[in-house]
Amino acid sequence: MGLILFYLKKLFTVLKNEVLVLPSRVAVVLFFLFLLLLPVFTKDTYLLRIFTLTSIFAILAASWDLLSGFTGQMNFGHALFFGVGAYGAAMLNLHVHIPPWASIPLGALCAVLAGLIIGIPCLRLRGTYLALTTLAFPLILLGLVFSFTDFTGGEMGISGIVRLTRSRVTDYYTVVVVMLGLCTIMWKITDSNIGIIFHAIREDELAVRAAGINTTRYKLLAFSLSGFFAGISGGLYAHFMRIAGPSTLDLSLSFSVVIYAFFGGIVTIYGPVGAVFILFPMLEFLRVVQDYRTLLFACVVLLILIYMPDGLFRWLRDKIEKECPRCKIRNIATRNTCRICTAPLD
Amino acid sequence: MGLIIDIIISGLISGSVFALLAIGFSIIFGVARILNLAHTAFYMLAAYCIYIVTQKMGLNPLWGMLAAIVLVTLLGMISYKILLNPIREHEGAVLIATIALAMIFQEVMSLIFTATFLSVPALIKGYFTILGVKVFFQQLLTFCSALLVMAGLWVFLMRTKTGLAIRSTAQDREVANLMGIDEARVAMVTMGLSVGLASFTGAIVVPLAVLEPHMWGTPLVMMMAVVVLGGLGSLKGSFIGAYILGFAQALVVFLAPMGAFLKGSVALSIMILVLIIRPEGLFGVSFEEER
Repeated sequence: MGLILFYLKKLFTVLKNEVLVLPSRVAVVLFFLFLLLLPVFTKDTYLLRIFTLTSIFAILAASWDLLSGFTGQMNFGHALFFGVGAYGAAMLNLHVHIPPWASIPLGALCAVLAGLIIGIPCLRLRGTYLALTTLAFPLILLGLVFSFTDFTGGEMGISGIVRLTRSRVTDYYTVVVVMLGLCTIMWKITDSNIGIIFHAIREDELAVRAAGINTTRYKLLAFSLSGFFAGISGGLYAHFMRIAGPSTLDLSLSFSVVIYAFFGGIVTIYGPVGAVFILFPMLEFLRVVQDYRTLLFACVVLLILIYMPDGLFRWLRDKIEKECPRCKIRNIATRNTCRICTAPLD
Repeated sequence: MGLIIDIIISGLISGSVFALLAIGFSIIFGVARILNLAHTAFYMLAAYCIYIVTQKMGLNPLWGMLAAIVLVTLLGMISYKILLNPIREHEGAVLIATIALAMIFQEVMSLIFTATFLSVPALIKGYFTILGVKVFFQQLLTFCSALLVMAGLWVFLMRTKTGLAIRSTAQDREVANLMGIDEARVAMVTMGLSVGLASFTGAIVVPLAVLEPHMWGTPLVMMMAVVVLGGLGSLKGSFIGAYILGFAQALVVFLAPMGAFLKGSVALSIMILVLIIRPEGLFGVSFEEER
């Protein structure tokens, strides 16, 4: 009893001193609560379906950020990981009858393999060359999918996959919990020593190598980690939609991942996730004006980027918070002095 | 024998189209460091422009070509000035802005013309036969005008002062600026030149192609493959790379089973193989790492 009280007290202190002092942290907590409590208030299957898909793509966008945002290895072919994950999970499920809880991670391992296969030749390339080369890989695979139709299902894709879970609500909870967990893991990775090395590789690879760090190994690690998370999202998508089709390898998917990431602000993890949660439901609700849907979407993206070229969420965060000039701790914008070292904020 | 002629014709035509597109894409990247993914969207717009002038207004196709090139180039320069120039420092934002721009063009076109397939009649009708293979005059015209424009561009870049300014800005922006070259003006002119090339390509290709709002996707990928294969910023590289990939596609389409599906894959695989051996492309200069 005393132990529980102690932990409750500790939780309360952390909440009061660490979370409530910064609006961005409050926003993250509210976001978690909103996602976890949504089915309590509404059982509308359409709404749940949209948010399930949104969560799946949020994993994908965050995994792109982990690779391309943090290490600066511009990947324009992120659909490769998603597609390989989806097709891998679908084939394992259909031909070997592996249930979803195992087929999704195994599919993700296929995506890791794909990440290593494309990572090794791509390590010698940088910048634009890398971006344009990675673009090619999902399209090559797409050509193969269309030519070997009896193995891949061609245009129709692979259908008849087992459902993720029995009902929409449990589907929703599975995907959302996986999404929140994986995004927290990705955020933790980027906050760790590995994340610092990723940052450094983006800023100045030569200097990192001069410091005695094997950058090749870290870049391959970034490719495989990102491939794994993207593969998981691909597998979830295949089991949720119960189909793995050529659209999972499409050029437009690769592009939309990049759009999400830059829209929210790269090198943040929360930016791409937030962007997906704004843009994807927006695209769905714009179905009311079906014909103008993509046009409006493109206009919104264009306008936001002209005014906030660093991404929406970075811009917002800079508006509501400022950094202490002395101890580099973030403070709410309304404060006049730093909450830790009481240095005056400008 | 007929098959060989077919392959040669198809390879030459798609090679010239890729070359024109790739050179335009390459020069704006060199000068302004803009990865213009809307490049082939301008090509699509030019094609539609010709359709309007010839089919809806019933004017001579030559007027259509002129109108297409002038209007689309203007549109390109305006969108550069308003949308891309203010955010040029943020490479990622520029990239997304060009994708969004391409999507806007595509959607506007499909709102106006719906997503149906349209076609435009040839500028010169008729054909002649070599060894039993029909060669349309239009194909000959497309090929020859592409070569002419590329030669003209070569002279412009190598022999005129503006061309020199463009080349030096592409080599080193800061030093070019120190030598008194108005960098903003050069970027503007280059954008005009680049979009002009794209619209010209659209204009000469439209009688041979099917007109639809999504027609920019496939050439975009091939164009980028050509640019990477030849080496970024190298005109010679783009030219040779374009014909390599053009012929590779033609060979696959005519010789391999399921060729129409595999042509893109084969061309892209060639690009990747070359890059594994030479990471800076066939004729690219390996830059010192930009720091």
